[in-house]
Parts: sequence; C-alpha cells; structure tokens
Amino acid sequence: MAIYKATKLLSRSFSSLSSRPLRVCVVGSGPAGFYTAEKMLKAHEEAEVDIVDRLPTPFGLVRSGVAPDHPETKIVTNQFTRVAQNERCSFFGNVSLGSSLSLSELRDMYHVVVLAYGAESDRVLGISGEELAGIHSAREFVWWYNGHPDCSNMAPDLKSADTAVILGQGNVALDIARVLLRPTAELAKTDIASHALSGLEESSIRKVYLVGRRGPVQAACTAKELREVLGIKDLYVHIDKDDLRTTPADEEELKNNRIRRRIHELLSKAAISGTSHPSPGQRELHFVFFRKPDKFIGSDERSGHVAGVRLEKTILKESVHPGKQTAEGTGQYEDFECGLVLKSIGYKSVPVEGLPFDLQKGVVPNYRGRVLSCASEDLAQVEEGLYVCGWLKRGPTGIIATNLYCAEETVASISEDLETGASTSTLAKPGREGLKQLLDSRNVRAVPFSAWEKIDTEEKQRGSLRSKPREKLTRWEELLEVAAK
Amino acid sequence: MKSATGVAGYRLKVTSFTIFDSVCSQYLTFFSPLASTPRRTCLHAVQNRFLLPQVALHLFLQRHEPFSTTAADKAQLEGNEETKKISVTFVDKDGDEKHINVPIGMSMLEAAHENDIELEGACEGSLACSTCHVIVMDIEYYNKLEDPTDEENDMLDLAFGLTETSRLGCQVIASPELDGIRLALPAATRNFAVDGYKPKPH
Ligand SMILES: Cc1cc2nc3c(=O)[nH]c(=O)nc-3n(C[C@H](O)[C@H](O)[C@H](O)COP(=O)(O)OP(=O)(O)OC[C@H]3O[C@@H](n4cnc5c(N)ncnc54)[C@H](O)[C@@H]3O)c2cc1C
Ligand SMILES: NC(=O)c1ccc[n+]([C@@H]2O[C@H](COP(=O)([O-])OP(=O)(O)OC[C@H]3O[C@@H](n4cnc5c(N)ncnc54)[C@H](OP(=O)(O)O)[C@@H]3O)[C@@H](O)[C@H]2O)c1
Ligand code: FES
Repeated sequence: MAIYKATKLLSRSFSSLSSRPLRVCVVGSGPAGFYTAEKMLKAHEEAEVDIVDRLPTPFGLVRSGVAPDHPETKIVTNQFTRVAQNERCSFFGNVSLGSSLSLSELRDMYHVVVLAYGAESDRVLGISGEELAGIHSAREFVWWYNGHPDCSNMAPDLKSADTAVILGQGNVALDIARVLLRPTAELAKTDIASHALSGLEESSIRKVYLVGRRGPVQAACTAKELREVLGIKDLYVHIDKDDLRTTPADEEELKNNRIRRRIHELLSKAAISGTSHPSPGQRELHFVFFRKPDKFIGSDERSGHVAGVRLEKTILKESVHPGKQTAEGTGQYEDFECGLVLKSIGYKSVPVEGLPFDLQKGVVPNYRGRVLSCASEDLAQVEEGLYVCGWLKRGPTGIIATNLYCAEETVASISEDLETGASTSTLAKPGREGLKQLLDSRNVRAVPFSAWEKIDTEEKQRGSLRSKPREKLTRWEELLEVAAK
Repeated sequence: MKSATGVAGYRLKVTSFTIFDSVCSQYLTFFSPLASTPRRTCLHAVQNRFLLPQVALHLFLQRHEPFSTTAADKAQLEGNEETKKISVTFVDKDGDEKHINVPIGMSMLEAAHENDIELEGACEGSLACSTCHVIVMDIEYYNKLEDPTDEENDMLDLAFGLTETSRLGCQVIASPELDGIRLALPAATRNFAVDGYKPKPH
C-alpha cells in the first residue's frame, strides 16, 4: 500500500516537473516563510520554491527575536535548514522586496507569491514626549541584543540611570526584563551579541518597572516566561497583593482561560514569597498593574532626554467583546522616574507598494491567506496568485508553532485555488531563472543558503573561542564579506 | 462577518484567522468538567496538574530513570525484542490509523519519526515548543501516565486544540503499562469523537 502510494507520487512528480513546474516565491524566511515552503514542497511535487529575505541570514525572529537564553527554542532552525536544503528549494538572502525588486515584478515571474515578511515596525503610544532620547521600541532593543545588522549601532544608554520602565506585559516585555536583570555571567554563555553583552556588563540599571494597563488576570505573558523571570537569581520581586484581588468579571476570565489561571497563580505565589524589602544593591523587578502611559517627562539636566513616565491609574470596564475587559483612565496620575524606557506594546507590519493593506489593523486583508484587493466590505476581490502568512497575515501575535497552522491554512488555500484553477495562471513563468537575471541586472548580490552556511560556520567558530554557541556577525559589511568568501 | 466576491465569482466569507494567543483562549481552555462517573479519575489527574516543583522533579526522575536508553539498555533491548516493545496506534488528522511497535524507553515523538508519522517536533524533544502535542484517546491510558510537570504544562498551555487528555509526544515514554495506547494527532479531534469524551465545539 505504502509502496504503491510512493510510486504513484513519484511518477506524478516526474511527469509534472518536466512538463510544468509550479513557480513559487515566498518572501520572508521566518517561521511563516519556512513552514509555508515546507508545506508547499510536500503538497506539490511540481513546485519549485524560492525563499527571499532582505537579510543575508535566514530564520527571521528565530534568530533576531527569540531571546539568547532560549537556545532550545531555536532548535527549529534544524528543521528549516532541511527545508532549505531540499533540491526544489532555493534561498535568496540580501534581497529586499520593495527595494531590490517590486511586488509586481515578483508576481510576473512566479505563479504563486506568498508574503511572509513579518512585522518590522512598532505600534506607537501617541503620547507627548515619545520622541525623547532614552525611549526605544522593544523591537529595536531586541534586535540590538540579538545582533540584527540594522541595530548593531544602536548603543542604548544603560549607564546614566538605575531605573528602567518597560511598557507592556507580554512575553517580549518579559524577555527584555530578563535580559536587563539576569546576571551577565549567565548571558555570557548565550549567543547574545558581543556589543550587547559589553553594554549590559557596564549597565547601571538595577530596578525595572514592568507596566501593564490592565491587571494580573489580563497580563499578556505566558507561564514559562513568567516562571523564568521570577526565578532570576538574587532578584527582588515586588507585586502589590491588592492588585491580585479579582472581580466577578476577572473570575469569569480566569474560568475560561487556562493560561490566565496559571499566570495568576504564579503571580499570587510570587507576591507572598520572598522578602518585603530589597537588600542593598539587589536588583529589583516591580510589576505595576492598572497603569497606562500618559506622557513622558523630559529631563531638566539632560535636555531632550527622558527622565520619567507619567502613568494614569486605570480601572477595568466590560468591553464590547464579551469576556474582555478594557482599561479606562481614572484621572489619577503618578510619576515614575527612569532613564530608560522600552515600549513593548506590540509590533506592526509595513506595506510594500502595490499590496492591499489594512492600515488600522496593520495586516494584509485576506481570506484564509488569499490576499483581498481591499479591506472594505463587499467589493473585495481575490488578488490572483498572491497569498500571505504569519505576522503579516494575522498581526504580531503568536508563537513559532502558530505559524505552522497559519501556513497550513495558506497552503490549503493555494492548493484549492490550483485545483479549481480559480486564481492561478497556467502560463509558463520564468521563476528562479528570471529572478536571478533581474537581480544580476541590478547588481543585487543574493546570498544563497550555502553562503549563509559559511556565516553560520564562522559564527560558531568565533563563538567556540568564547564558550558561546555562536558569536553573531552583526554588521552588514561583515556578513556580506563572509558570505562572499 | 463580511463577504466578498472572488475572481471566479464565488462568494467568500471573510473571517479573521483565530488561533493566536489573544483569541485562542477558546482552544486552550479546559473543557468544563463533565458529570458522568467514569470521568472522576481523569478530573483528579487534571486537578493535579499544578504540582509543586519538587514534586514535579521527583515525578520526572521517577518516570525517566528506569527507561532512559543507555547503550546497555539498547543492547538488552535488541536481545529481547518481542517482550521489550509495546504496541502503539497513531490516528492521523484524517482518522487513518497506524499501528507501530515501540521499544520501551523511547518517546512517542521519536517513535513517530522512525515510522514516518507526521508528528511535528520543532524543538526536537527539548520541551520548548508544544508542536508534538498528542491526545491520549483512552482515559485509562491517560491515567496511567505520570502527571505532566510544570514545564510540560507550560508548553501544553500553548498547544493547539488542547484537550483534557493532551500530552506532549516527546514526554510520553513507552513503558510496559502503555501497551495498546492510542494517540490522536490534534486535528483529528475535529472530525470524530475520541473515546471517552466529546470534542468541545469551537
Ligand atoms: C522578541 C520576540 C521574541 C520571541 N520569542 C519567541 C519564543 O521564544 N518562542 C516562540 O515560540 N515564539 C517567539 N516569538 C514569536 C515568533 O518569533 C513569531 O511568531 C514568528 O517569528 C513570526 O513569524 P513570521 O515568519 O511571520 O515573521 P518573522 O519571523 O519576523 O520573519 C519575517 C522575515 O521577513 C524578512 N523581511 C522583512 N521585510 C522584508 C522585505 N521587505 N523583503 C524581504 N524580506 C523581508 C525578515 O528579515 C524576516 O527574516 C517571539 C517574538 C518576538 C518579537
Ligand atoms: N517565549 C515565548 O513564547 C515568546 C517570547 C516573546 C514573544 N512571544 C510571542 O510574540 C508575540 C508578541 O509579543 P508582544 O509581547 O510583543 O505582544 P503582546 O503579547 O500582544 O503584548 C503586548 C503588551 O502591550 C500592551 N499594550 C498594547 N498596546 C498598549 C498601549 N497602547 N498602552 C499600554 N499598553 C499597551 C498589552 O496590554 P493589553 O493586554 O492591555 O492590550 C500587552 O501587555 C506574542 O504572541 C508572544 O506570546 C513569545
Ligand atoms: S518536541 Fe518540542 S515540546 Fe516536544
């Protein structure tokens, strides 16, 4: 039975490969891009899949987002590497959609284009003082410590103050708190960028406020991340016990959500364990609930630099969505002094020219991964051969695995459309050869997967000298130089 | 819900994709306790999920020590193949069953991969992903397993389509009392009822 199936598949793949390859281009090599490529290769023996990324390095946020002290989470890159090494798959690093080539050029060359280029911008608070020095988005700070080449020169000032405020209580906020508070000797054994390790070794930040506009029941983090930050060696943790009291609406939320229940339990335990005051010099983490940012306060001494955040106390109100409570201001304010602010209130995708985009939601309007020509109502048309996946499709939430299901959905839509002939041209397309020619004609030096493997080897080699799993190359020139060796 | 007309003229229902953390509570929530008596033991197991770390560690050791596969174990296994394997059935997303024999001490994730069963394992068994999620189809077998550790529960929190008898495939290790266990790959629960309980309607 199994043998019969295999021969059937083989013969089909040979006949179709020779007759009419299906040219597929995936833009973005994060989890969404790789899972899409994997599933396309599996579902369509006639498919030839090219993965394009603007960086010379693959894997998206698995490399530049996932915290350096989470090496197990990055093991998934083994699976992605096997996908890239499939003979029907090719990686084109250092190729940026929107500058190296346009979306319409790409669509002309491929039967199917799947956009999976993530969310490389930030939500903004829109409050006064947001432009002051010392205020950074979480994305940039994370890119800095993870050695993303766009932020290797960021050099956040960690030496002028002892207090940092992190706005937001999602997992990214917790990652950042951990990086700021963990003993640097522990971070030194990770693949953290060397410039970040030096910066953190010299850091004078001792106290971190983690600010949520809602309560402990609504904290956006997950249990593993919370457990880790609470378990940092020699850390004083402060949680106001009064904040942990629940209302009937809170109880309802807890009843319906296992994650929230476990988070609340962990916070409640942490609130009663440990000492009531920090010992001198001890690092401190303060959970601040029911406070929303109102304005940033500029420094008197250092003009143009942040010196504090004004927070407004909030209460929770039932929202239009049943079971969801939103934070409303009460008109009571409180100032928190600090020299560093990290806004961890969510990422945001950016459109490229010619791509329908819902500016309000920050995603590409789509029906199960099929790009729709406009976000509005009844008139939307399906954009032929154009699909989305990952954060660009759903918005900036979800773990790596979420993108697996997301890719399954997008690939199912592609397969359906191929079968019904609904939205994919049957004309032959130049695909990979066309892409190579176009890039050549523009002097864009694409980085193939084999060149990334040179970078990978170099990084591991440099890392081994310092007992790190790898020492990341963090500058564009260096990356491209090693790739070209 | 919006609707849209596709190029081919068909009407499309526009819904947003809903499996992400903010919205996925519905997938991640435990089923409300069922009243029927056979459920009692299972509910007990579920209530025990929140273990103290020491207890969890103890259970972890208890579970892993006897079954860890050293070279010596392997040699022994090879010599005594018949008695040292248990039978396991995987039920895939389409409801197709596959029976395999799994050597004692091997995880269900490894066993699945050795037998070309499509069970994901993004972190290769290091308890950092939740993609190896399996559903134990019979409660009696679920109850034979040691309770999940805090760490496994942390990952189960994030598993897609969590049920009361969900486990991580990389943490379920073949042992003699599991002979005959049936494991479903998550999507399967949408198509048919699993022995012992009804899938929650989403
Ligand atoms: C700080 C942080 C930490 C995280 N930690 C974890 C974790 O520990 N565990 C977990 O499960 N999940 C974690 N996540 C979530 C996980 O990283 C995301 O769910 C996932 O990466 C989203 O996948 P994606 O492919 O949509 O986007 P991305 O991973 O962002 O990939 C997008 C890719 O597109 C490329 N690109 C961007 N613009 C262009 C362009 N114009 N042309 C060509 N290429 C382009 C980028 O270089 C990038 O490689 C974390 C997220 C963040 C932000
Ligand atoms: N280890 C891991 O698994 C891991 C690690 C990192 C990231 N991730 C995943 O990556 C995704 C992104 O993480 P994230 O932390 O960026 O996003 P997130 O989980 O959505 O958290 C965003 C936080 O910002 C707050 N916020 C948003 N807008 C705000 C505003 N205007 N004012 C004040 N607060 C505001 C939110 O509060 P409200 O709840 O009140 O909106 C929430 O606390 C998440 O799905 C996360 O789970 C996973
Ligand atoms: S394979 Fe990752 S948790 Fe089991």
